[in-house]
This record gives sequence, structure tokens and C-alpha cells, in this order.
Amino acid sequence: MANSRFVYVTYIRTTPEKLWRALTEPEFTRQYWAETWQDCAWTKGASWKLMIPDGRVGDAGEVLEIDKPHRLVLSWRNEFMPELRAEGFSRATFELEPQGDMVKLTLTHEIDVDGSKLIEAVSSGWPMILASLKSLLETGESLEATRNWPKDM
Amino acid sequence: MVKLTDKPGSVFVIYIATTPEKLWAALTSAEFSRQYFFGRAITVEPKVGGRFQLLMADGTVDCQGSVLEYDKPRRFAVTWHVEWLPEYRDLPEGIVIFDLAPSAETVRLTVSEIHDPALPEKFKEGGRTGWPIILSGLKSLLETGRVPKIEMPNPAG
Repeated sequence: MANSRFVYVTYIRTTPEKLWRALTEPEFTRQYWAETWQDCAWTKGASWKLMIPDGRVGDAGEVLEIDKPHRLVLSWRNEFMPELRAEGFSRATFELEPQGDMVKLTLTHEIDVDGSKLIEAVSSGWPMILASLKSLLETGESLEATRNWPKDM
Repeated sequence: MVKLTDKPGSVFVIYIATTPEKLWAALTSAEFSRQYFFGRAITVEPKVGGRFQLLMADGTVDCQGSVLEYDKPRRFAVTWHVEWLPEYRDLPEGIVIFDLAPSAETVRLTVSEIHDPALPEKFKEGGRTGWPIILSGLKSLLETGRVPKIEMPNPAG
């Protein structure tokens, strides 16, 4: 188990297919993930980039495992904050398990660095992003605070 | 024995598009809790020292304790002792804290569990499995008016 680890579990009334699309397609991510989109061919070994709306690369890595619509594992290095970039590559795992008319989404984000500032940063971001994703899929509207990239970032 | 100032062993955060007042009502009234808390009715005497209980549909006490803090609509904390499972009855009590913080158009709800240091690890699994289900159901209830049925996992295994 990695030295720094964040785990978040949420249940969303949707299907694994819809949730998978919402996690990966720009028309969805822009609404709940602060206007970002992912540049990726979505095959094992493909490079992966989380793009900030102004064109900067936010985070980058590659697809380590992909089993649509059940499991996605990415290597993930922050690119635009030097202190976080210096920590190197983390690992983000998304697991989608149908349970009745819900999907259980488990997000694990971890890195082999003690006291990781990257994991600390994503630990405060993920609950908001995933809550907004749940609201988008269940109500048709994401949470307002997540619809735009923060002006000062 | 656990104290409010002890470091929580587990923390669960969720953001809900609602108001602190509505969320507080959903957290502290039986009419709401039955819908998202595995059918349990929450009863809370709204004062420090007041009684707290979670009752099952047939009136059996699931767990109970006393109110340590009641600061509506920001924070409430209770001692928590499981009664309904024989294996749990002799365990030391824990503390559960609910913090409600307005955040833009939402409320950030943080649920913190303080465990007795002597509590064996396996008894912490119930909370780790249960709280995400409870909080997801609560969010769906407040945002859509509906709660989906998710089976309560068996805490004993």
C-alpha cells in the first residue's frame, strides 16, 4: 500500500456506462470538473492529460489499466504546480460496481511519498468534484462552485 | 474513554446542494432518517446531555448514546454505542461528530468517527462501509426527493 492514500466512496443513481462517460468525456467533465477535459485515446498505455481551459496541462500520465465500464487506473503527475510536480507520479484508480439501481464509485488516489502534498491537495478537491458529478447525473445540474476553473489558479 | 478532542479515526465528507437548516433537519429527525439511514429512526434530545438513539423499524435500539454538542445548524456530536448486535454490545463507546459548513451554494457535511484506542480494527469496517451509503442516500434525498434502495451490508461480516 502506498505511503499517502486517499479513498472516496460514493453511490450514484446511474448506470456504469453513463458514469464511465461522465468520468471521461469533455461534455461532462467540463460541467463538474472545473471546465477541464481529458486528452486521451483511452487504451492501455495511452498518454493521458487533464487539460485546463486556458490550454495549460493540469496533470499528465498514462492509462495503466482500462476495463470499461468497470475499472480505470491512471498514472498521474501534477504538471502546473512545481512543488506537486516534483513528487512524481501518483496512481488514481476508479472502480465502478453496480448495486441495484446505483453504481458504487470507489476512487483511490495514492503515491509512494510520505506526507504527500499532492494527495493532500486532491483530498480536498475530490469530494467536491465527485459530489458535483453525482448531482449532475441525478439532477441534471452540477454544483455551481465546480463549473468554472478558479480564476486565481 | 474517548473525548471530543481526540483525533478522528475515520472522516467522511460530502457536499449537498441544500441549506444548513434543511440538512440539520434531515440529520436529526426520524421522518428523514428512516429514508436514508437503513430504515433507522433517529431521536435526539436537542441539548447537551440529551439522549440520542437510532431505532430500528420494530423499535429495537440499534445504537444509543448522549449528546455532547448541539450547535444548530453547525455541529452536533453524540457518543455512540451499538446495542443490537451481541458482538458489539461489550465494546467501548465511540463519538460521532457532524459538522455542517456552508460552501457556495452547498453545505459541506463532515462526519467524523472517534474510536476508542482499544477498539479492534474489524469493528471500524462497519462505519467505512456504511457512512458512504448513508451520506449518498441523504444527498440523493435532499437533491432529488428520492432515495434509492441500497442493502445494508452485514456489519458482522
